[in-house]
Amino acid sequence: MLNHPQLDLVFQALADPTRRDMVERLGRGPASVSELAQPLDMSLPAVLQHLQVLEASGLVSSEKTGRVRMCRIEPKAMETAESWFAKRREIWERRLDRLGEFLVEEENERRKTRRKR
Amino acid sequence: MSRRSTRHDSFTIERRYPVPPARVFDAFADQTKKARWFGCVDGWEVAEHSIDFRVGGREVWRGGPPGGTQHRNDTVYHDIVRDERIVWSYTMQVDDRPISVSLTTLELGPDGAGTRLRFVEQGVYLDDYDGAADRVRGTNDLLDSLDRALREER
Repeated sequence: MLNHPQLDLVFQALADPTRRDMVERLGRGPASVSELAQPLDMSLPAVLQHLQVLEASGLVSSEKTGRVRMCRIEPKAMETAESWFAKRREIWERRLDRLGEFLVEEENERRKTRRKR
Repeated sequence: MSRRSTRHDSFTIERRYPVPPARVFDAFADQTKKARWFGCVDGWEVAEHSIDFRVGGREVWRGGPPGGTQHRNDTVYHDIVRDERIVWSYTMQVDDRPISVSLTTLELGPDGAGTRLRFVEQGVYLDDYDGAADRVRGTNDLLDSLDRALREER
């Protein structure tokens, strides 16, 4: 699952704290470029540059509506990094590991009682 | 992020256990035994767990983090071959919202003195429940631990 070439771009994009802030903000819903820039202490061109990196990674898309550029998260991009199925599989992997621990514990308990008899 | 969507996929997990198939089978069939490994996520409270282990029988598991989202699994057993095979289907709900419907096939076989287990799940996963925001949070967690690991290396 981690062999997608786009994943490199995703991690590159998320390696920068400003861009992580922007992604986190967009995780709460779409925002205009000026809304994105507002809490950041930098010029608009600098924000646009970060936006370009995010868009290249496929994490974020933007669209101009009238005079406003609206940005949003692209859920599909993250699917390469972590899908529903990876998560569901993980749940069962953990469960079946715990099952293994339980079976060994149970085996030890049985041995102890057998010795006592 | 309330766009309607469906996703289908399947996955297979294989495990080997150092005890005979009968004991692995019992860990699925017996409620007391199953409770010891099935739902114990750290800090989660189990509100309900009941098993009617027979073909056509149902299992209900409800629980979640205290005061947090409530998870519910509803299972129906379709095929039971003692010590060899269990087939069941289950739905998962989070706060009364169905998030997935799955068909599971569990096969057990002898492996020397132990057991070889094969678990296959096929499912439909609904409405991108996991959501982009959750996934981004997950990635941030990943990057945080990467960061920690790199700092410890120094």
